[in-house]
Amino acid sequence: MITMITLRRFGAQTASILWKDLRCELRARQVWMAMGMFALLALVIFNFAFDLRVDNVAAVAPGALWIAFVFASILGLGRTFAAEQEHGSLDRLLLCPVDRKAIYAAKLLGNLVFIGAVELISLPVFAAIYNLPVLTGGIIPIVLLGTVGIAAIGTLFAAIAGNTRAREVLLPLLVFPLIVPVVIGAVRATQGLISPLAGDLPWLGLIAAFDVIFLSISAVTFAYVIEE
Amino acid sequence: MSIQTMPASQARPAAEQSLPAAIQVEALSKTFALRPVLRGLTFAVPARARVALLGPNGAGKTTLLRILATLAKPSAGEVLVAGFDVRHDADQVRRRVGYVGHQPHLYEDLSARENLEFFGRMYGISDHRARADALLERFGLRAKANERVRALSRGQVQRLALARGILHEPALLLLDEPDTGLDEDALALLAEVVRARAAAGVTTLLTTHQIARGLALAETALVLAGGRLVHNGPAAALDVDDVRALYTARRGAR
Amino acid sequence: MHVVGQPPAAPARGAPGLAPATGPARALEPVLRPLRAYGEYILAAASALGVILALWAAFFYAPTEAIQGDVQRIEYVHVPLAWVAYLAFFVVFAASILYLWRRDERWDLIARANAEIGTLFTTLVLVTGSLWGRPVWGAWWAWDARMTTTLILWFIYVGYLLLRSYTGRSEGGARSAAVLGIVGFVDVPINYLSITWWRTQHPAPQLPLGGEPQAPPAVVETLLLALLAFTLLYAYLLIQVYRLHRLQTEAERLRARIESA
Repeated sequence: MITMITLRRFGAQTASILWKDLRCELRARQVWMAMGMFALLALVIFNFAFDLRVDNVAAVAPGALWIAFVFASILGLGRTFAAEQEHGSLDRLLLCPVDRKAIYAAKLLGNLVFIGAVELISLPVFAAIYNLPVLTGGIIPIVLLGTVGIAAIGTLFAAIAGNTRAREVLLPLLVFPLIVPVVIGAVRATQGLISPLAGDLPWLGLIAAFDVIFLSISAVTFAYVIEE
Repeated sequence: MSIQTMPASQARPAAEQSLPAAIQVEALSKTFALRPVLRGLTFAVPARARVALLGPNGAGKTTLLRILATLAKPSAGEVLVAGFDVRHDADQVRRRVGYVGHQPHLYEDLSARENLEFFGRMYGISDHRARADALLERFGLRAKANERVRALSRGQVQRLALARGILHEPALLLLDEPDTGLDEDALALLAEVVRARAAAGVTTLLTTHQIARGLALAETALVLAGGRLVHNGPAAALDVDDVRALYTARRGAR
Repeated sequence: MHVVGQPPAAPARGAPGLAPATGPARALEPVLRPLRAYGEYILAAASALGVILALWAAFFYAPTEAIQGDVQRIEYVHVPLAWVAYLAFFVVFAASILYLWRRDERWDLIARANAEIGTLFTTLVLVTGSLWGRPVWGAWWAWDARMTTTLILWFIYVGYLLLRSYTGRSEGGARSAAVLGIVGFVDVPINYLSITWWRTQHPAPQLPLGGEPQAPPAVVETLLLALLAFTLLYAYLLIQVYRLHRLQTEAERLRARIESA
């Protein structure tokens, strides 16, 4: 009974904060446009950097795709608390009797929406310009699980870096080393999609395990980061 | 409008004595970034009081307000708001505290109504739509309800912030220099809100640099200097010069 | 490792506002005080002697490895360095949890001191590993799973120290750093796992970590001696770095009190 009520309140609070963030972000800035452009640009630049040919494209392209995703994500993650930092204040939200985990959940979902939108735009472009058969149903769980991993850690560290004077520099420095496993897993899983290997490892399982561990640690520790 | 959190106060004014004090502070100390900001404060504020918290810059006024609002935790000592411990029952305290700072802290890309409705949901108010409308009407913002806060004038933004502060009908209203940058209209409105809230059984604690205005608005004056409480008594007994003297004679009366 | 399990008791002159020494630490004070006064010199002497002995054993007692030659002797420094680095990072992890739980600033200082020692030792691990890899593998660096994990670990804790330098000695900074100390350490096994899997198709040479099961007794003895010596050195360094942080914090606290008096 009580848990049902708590859950419902948690859901309502999460939904309200998410709604507010999406609305602010859509009205004020087109950061997701910048993220999308950045991801596309990265994909084009990798093409020159690696001198892609027919014989090496399948090996190199998944790495290029995920690095483009990660870099574009960092742009969006840096704006996780933008609505609060610029015209409001996180304190003002903390004054309300709101479950701190609901704030984390809403910020995480918001990041997933924006990163997901960017991925949705760049994937077809990637498939076209690299001429690879990645637009199958198999790509969905890979992108989804990979993005959850990046955003779970990214949202937590956006709060940590946001407390410092060097927000923009610190965020990638802290996040990149921590998300190495998810990037490796996602790259390998994407490669497996293009040219399936016999006896390949359960990369999706690795990413999923990573997601679960980091979601739970982030949910527990988030409150320590944002409030006294 | 009824005050949900203190139902007894209106029906039986005689029972006032038995109400839990709105604020009870016992040996409160706070160290911030290794710096002692509050040093052993002890005082109580009865329910429905109007209190001015005065003190020079750096006296610890804002820190005390932040502790009462659960934004900062006491380093030592005990703080109860409406009978709830700020450390262990923070959510209960948050439900009962309204806070208006000198910065509006509203979401500029949301409209006036959207801001009120958002905070209404955050406080778990079931009829947040109706309440937002009523407040917009009362604060003269109805015509601007659907304008983004970005497009409102400074006075309108301040009024909206004041409305947001009393949206959830708090039992304790904390006003942190609300008069900084307010125009005459808004100041009159502020004074009216403070009196109306007090009449409705709400306790008000306000800080201000305008000593005279603080003394005029309040019944009780608390004076902080150097993190210590140097005066706690009726506001009427003090004039501006007395308060200035208290600011400088920090090791004086206790 | 009592240094780690139990924070040294607060100095008697602990300023107000500082958490007072907790129960057991205060009860043990009469025992700890003389032990601290002389124990530190004993520890200093023991670790200095231990490191000298270990180096002597590494160069003169341990036999020359048949294939790698004298280069293999670097293992007697490399392996203990890696052990101490991992130990220090584990202590960062444990002390970070304790700090968030108890909010005693001493746990935070312990975490910080260990992060500094761990980062220094990880740097040395990478350097000694490279020095060994150049003649044996013919390359300064190979993307072996263990090396890659160590490198990522190094990045995580350099990030930790950067975060600390950006946030100063504030409580908010300490809490953020504690969260990083926890997340970073949990990341280590996942990192190792993912990189091992990643390299499954491209087996890389193994580091000679406990390489041959039938290692000559002299090799095992030298390695154990070196492990002991470097652990003592770690304990000694930890006490010094911790005390330095304590004094710096105390100095800042006093300065703040004077300024605000």
